[in-house]
Amino acid sequence: MPQKSIRQALNEALAQEMRRDPTVVVIGEDVAGGAATEGQRDAYGGVLGVTKGLFAEFGEARVIDTPITESAIMGAAAGAAVTGLRPVAELMFSDFFGVCFDQIFNQAAKFRYMFGGKAKTPLVIRTMIGAGRSAAAQHSQSPYHIFTSVPGLKCVVPSNAYDAKGLLIQAIRDDDPVIFCEHKLMYDLRTEVPDEPYSIPFGEANIVRDGDDVTVVALSRMVHYAGEAADTLAKEGIECELIDPRTTSPLDEDTILESVERTGRIVVVDEATPRCSIATDIAALVADKAFAALKAPVRRVTAPHTPVPFAPVLEKLYIPSPERIAAAVREVRGYVG
Amino acid sequence: MTAAVTAITMPKWGLTMTEGTVVGWLKQQGQCFAEGEEILEIETPKITNVVEAPSGGTLRRIVAQAGATLPIGALLAVVAPDEVPEAEIDAFVAGFAVAEPSTSEEAQAEGVKPRDIEVGGRRLRYLELGEGDGAPVLLVHGFGADLNTWMFTQPALAARRRTVALDLPGHGGSAKEVGAGDVDSLTDAVEGALGALGVEQVHFVGHSMGGAVAASLALRRPERAASLTMIASAGLGPEINTSFIDGFVRMARRREAAEVIGLLVHDPALVSRAMVEDVLRYKRLDGVSAALAKVAEAWFSGGRQSLDLTSRIAELAMPVQVIWGREDRIVPVAHAEALANRLPVHILDAAGHLPHMEKAGEVNRLIEQFISR
Repeated sequence: MPQKSIRQALNEALAQEMRRDPTVVVIGEDVAGGAATEGQRDAYGGVLGVTKGLFAEFGEARVIDTPITESAIMGAAAGAAVTGLRPVAELMFSDFFGVCFDQIFNQAAKFRYMFGGKAKTPLVIRTMIGAGRSAAAQHSQSPYHIFTSVPGLKCVVPSNAYDAKGLLIQAIRDDDPVIFCEHKLMYDLRTEVPDEPYSIPFGEANIVRDGDDVTVVALSRMVHYAGEAADTLAKEGIECELIDPRTTSPLDEDTILESVERTGRIVVVDEATPRCSIATDIAALVADKAFAALKAPVRRVTAPHTPVPFAPVLEKLYIPSPERIAAAVREVRGYVG
Repeated sequence: MTAAVTAITMPKWGLTMTEGTVVGWLKQQGQCFAEGEEILEIETPKITNVVEAPSGGTLRRIVAQAGATLPIGALLAVVAPDEVPEAEIDAFVAGFAVAEPSTSEEAQAEGVKPRDIEVGGRRLRYLELGEGDGAPVLLVHGFGADLNTWMFTQPALAARRRTVALDLPGHGGSAKEVGAGDVDSLTDAVEGALGALGVEQVHFVGHSMGGAVAASLALRRPERAASLTMIASAGLGPEINTSFIDGFVRMARRREAAEVIGLLVHDPALVSRAMVEDVLRYKRLDGVSAALAKVAEAWFSGGRQSLDLTSRIAELAMPVQVIWGREDRIVPVAHAEALANRLPVHILDAAGHLPHMEKAGEVNRLIEQFISR
């Protein structure tokens, strides 16, 4: 099977869904890719390269370049979704959600409920998350927990190219608004991806590796750091069960709880800040529903409660590392109550 | 003397296996064994299987202990007659070189890559292994499966002849259009594949629904069948476990899939999470659920098998044998027992609906003996 990067997988998902369904449209800043370049409108394939080739194949009615105005992009996309299209809108940096949150939080997320189930809002918002490129405090955050906390929104946080393609296709076919969070350091990460279209159901965690000693839950880029930690720990005789929830809303609670019932120990890894976060949410879930199974306190490995630092050395300290994850696993493994 | 010293190495089972884990040794260091005896158990990412002795000898040195995970081709143990001195065993271990991984992997990937053929305007995937002068073996999988079901069978049979494992329409890497999905349309596809591959006559080996497809092709074109091996075959009685069929068509999530796939084997512990994940990856492809629903409707509607070939078995002039697992929970072993006075029937203990995986060595031997008569 061919190896593809996350960038290629997302591009393939968009192209295949646009071929399958003429109501699928793409809208965002420079999604046509290089609109300002002379003579060629698809020069770069967008800032991220994810939409490359779409303009050439589907034209400007379905690949819609916008001004730099997130409120207009999200407003247009939400309106188009509720009136019959399936827009895939690009919010280049998730950090910018503040300027268009009414359209997402108070409009798109509420339509189905407010209109008594008569309206559907098949809207996908693709957006970049993540620190690690010294992009500073306003371009490095991972605010998926904020989207997750909103009833009416679904939230997808893929960690590899196979999942990225299947989950994006599922997101486009879903009748509710979906926030699709792409980590800016992972676009070139490759894995085997089928050429055919396929969809992965939401709310189904991926068990990345099996283990009986400690459950480790991680999302997005942290899945790979947790995997590195698990490799190190395996040499010490500690076997981690690594769970990637893939979607934070809906969340596959059963897979996490069943694992903790067996291991009695859990570490949750999250690149986001710790207050009211996914890590905190999962810790509460386990304390609430699997307390009797716990043999050690629940441990969270997260960013600190601060903005993301610009200085590379500080940013490196800020992001959870494989070493910190391994240390947390050793701590819960060795805990004596 | 060195010629008498041989290595047991990590086998390669299936297309994707790159390493395996030694579960445990079934023979002790120093113990003698005969050809075909079970030596050790290996866990692959898909399923656990037993390594059998390729020839008799003494297990002089166990190199890989239980729990060790090693790449394919890695040295697991040394076999040699008792008179070979320890020093020579030491030298053999020290001098053992795993084939250069980069080149051998490339060569293997090149050699064992499945290919596509066009049959009736539709793409079918197949895997060809081995060469030889006699009639090739054609392996036909069952409902919902693909050519990987032969991961233990095909390499063994390919040692002495050409073998072809096919993905039926709607299955594995083949196109997802199944036409009517019934026995005739699947038989057409297999007949077309034989034509496209330029093969005149084959030894048919079919599992479950693939057994019935192979049998119906052998009935339709007897000159094409050198022999027919039906493993846990459909088409030999009305009973079928429809909770498996319906569950397989419906399942979309890991938990449900693990339960359904567990029905296939006598010991569900044999089924790894990776095996379940592989099936789910196939099920998630666009068109698969619709294709399987159509096939299931054509073959198994109303909780019964719609095809019954038992009255036509006597028409088959070529050698026919039947292999079944005693603990089969999909198609009852009674279907095999009812044929025991008419055909060679082999019922294997401690095996479910996948005897060619659960008792791979025995099934390989039965097929090998049958077709090389």
